[in-house]
Amino acid sequence: MTRWWFLGLAMVLALAGCQQEMAEQPRYEAYERAPDWPGNASARPPVAGTVARDARLEPVPQTLTLELNRELLEQGRQRYEIFCAPCHGITGKGEGMVVQRGFPAPPSLHESRLRAMPMRYVYDVITDGYGVMYSYSARVTPDERWAVAAYIRALQLSQHASTEDLTDVQRAELEVDQ
Amino acid sequence: MAQVFQPRSNAIVRIVFIGGACLAVAVLVMAVAFSGSPYVTGAESVPQQPVPFSHQHHVGGLGIDCRYCHTSVDRSSFAGIPDTQTCMTCHSQLWTNADILAPVRESFTEDRPLAWKRVYDLPDYVYFNHQSHVNNGVGCESCHGRLDRMPLTQKKSSLSMKWCLDCHRNPSPELRPSGAITAMGFEDLSPEESGQLVAHYGIKTDRLIECMTCHR
Ligand code: HEC
Ligand code: HEC
Ligand code: HEC
Ligand code: HEC
Ligand code: HEC
Ligand code: HEC
Repeated sequence: MTRWWFLGLAMVLALAGCQQEMAEQPRYEAYERAPDWPGNASARPPVAGTVARDARLEPVPQTLTLELNRELLEQGRQRYEIFCAPCHGITGKGEGMVVQRGFPAPPSLHESRLRAMPMRYVYDVITDGYGVMYSYSARVTPDERWAVAAYIRALQLSQHASTEDLTDVQRAELEVDQ
Repeated sequence: MAQVFQPRSNAIVRIVFIGGACLAVAVLVMAVAFSGSPYVTGAESVPQQPVPFSHQHHVGGLGIDCRYCHTSVDRSSFAGIPDTQTCMTCHSQLWTNADILAPVRESFTEDRPLAWKRVYDLPDYVYFNHQSHVNNGVGCESCHGRLDRMPLTQKKSSLSMKWCLDCHRNPSPELRPSGAITAMGFEDLSPEESGQLVAHYGIKTDRLIECMTCHR
């Protein structure tokens, strides 16, 4: 009789012991702690000089080489509103929410100096930062930087449009509205 | 010799038996309820963080999009936790003397990562992918709740297998248009609109409850 008790107890203990072994497997998930590694971090910065597998090796083109279409502008708008609008504002006038809380105000993107800048200039500002504005190269990919540059150009044109630029149909619609 | 069992013993035996059965059922019900309770699953828990980061201030108050900080959420399985440089894009100029931000500044100058504690963590034998959810119409709010109202990040779902399957069996009420994925407080769509979104995203509901989808 006592032996059966013992066996029963051993089985219960064995079950309890094996519970959730699989939940912590001997591999690192993204950003998992790695004790005794530098910074206790399993995610390591790449060794200096590392080239990413999909990196472009040719020099950055002087101007937009992607096809300029609605899709590119929509992508540019999305990324602009995520990464730039907190400071530069949805309209680009430099009155974003973070500026209203005390961040130094950026110049309006509609001033004549910035209206004259080439698209490559915006690309470079995103890559390297400018003055108190930090670099966004870690979060905005090269293609997205061109998309944002193209969208900023569209934003600038939107503030300096005249009725001459409209098609006849659009002008007729505008006159009905008024 | 007097009788050992009085006639009323029958009643006592019955009461003991029925009571015992009731107790057993009650214990079982409580055990089931307990195993699914927030206490065991960790839902509602609020881990202590190195800096008391507030989504309420940054998302609700300042209107910053989730992807400003959780940048890889729509391009990889991992949503990403912002690096210190991301905090410093603003805090190099704002609240530069605040004591609560001292760990952020130290991390930046000493090039040492901040050790944020996980709020949501699945067991390693479950495969999860953010990209396939947020690019197919499932908003952050469906799984993480109203972040714009959380002064400290709180776990809002149990992450049990039942929780995943409840949605995978019928995801259509949870779907949103692609422009509203990170929006908080999104109004539910009508059944017709949801049905159109299932077709728009090309979601194949039969595949979603196969074991291989999550255990691979
Ligand atoms: C945290 C606030 C902030 C964010 C976010 C931000 N900027 Fe800026 N930006 C500034 C400030 C401030 C300046 C002015 C810097 C100075 O003069 O020191 C500036 C300047 C600029 C300039 C003009 C440079 C010149 O010659 O005057 C451009 C172009 C620009 N930013 C583009 C962008 C783009 C594109 C993004 C999004 C990817 C972006 N910025 C995001 C704050 C920000
Ligand atoms: C200003 C940067 C910032 C923004 C914007 C932001 N977050 Fe966060 N988020 C963080 C930081 C830092 C943490 C880690 C600290 C914590 O858990 O509170 C975090 C943690 C989280 C976590 C918990 C992660 C874990 O440990 O499991 C979730 C979920 C989350 N954020 C979702 C969101 C959603 C959804 C949005 C958009 C509505 C958002 N965040 C916007 C910075 C940000
Ligand atoms: C886009 C700009 C921006 C970014 C990025 C940002 N913050 Fe802030 N943060 C602010 C502003 C503005 C305030 C002041 C809030 C207010 O006035 O309501 C603030 C306030 C704070 C405060 C103190 C007030 C509070 O919310 O309790 C803490 C702590 C803080 N931020 C932590 C962080 C951390 C950690 C990060 C990086 C993950 C971060 N912030 C990234 C703009 C930012
Ligand atoms: C279908 C449900 C679901 C949706 C939708 C979702 N998440 Fe998550 N999130 C999870 C789960 C589950 C985890 C835990 C993952 C793990 O442990 O591997 C998680 C973890 C996180 C983390 C911690 C880091 C990581 O990737 O493990 C962050 C940050 C986060 N989510 C942010 C977001 C943001 C921002 C959005 C919206 C753009 C979002 N999530 C949408 C379920 C979801
Ligand atoms: C709110 C609804 C919802 C919840 C909750 C949810 N999912 Fe999903 N999940 C979806 C939808 C919708 C899809 C379909 C995407 C598609 O058709 O590609 C999906 C797809 C997936 C896929 C397939 C990805 C691929 O690349 O094939 C995996 C894996 C997955 N979910 C895992 C999980 C896990 C694990 C959980 C629980 C931690 C979970 N999901 C919770 C809605 C949800
Ligand atoms: C939608 C994603 C999803 C699908 C599909 C799914 N599972 Fe799971 N499964 C999970 C998650 C998440 C957990 C972790 C639950 C937890 O931590 O409590 C889990 C846990 C488990 C466990 C461990 C339970 C425990 O308590 O230790 C087993 C066994 C399991 N699943 C078997 C299956 C089988 C068999 C199927 C197919 C019929 C299946 N799962 C399909 C998401 C899924």
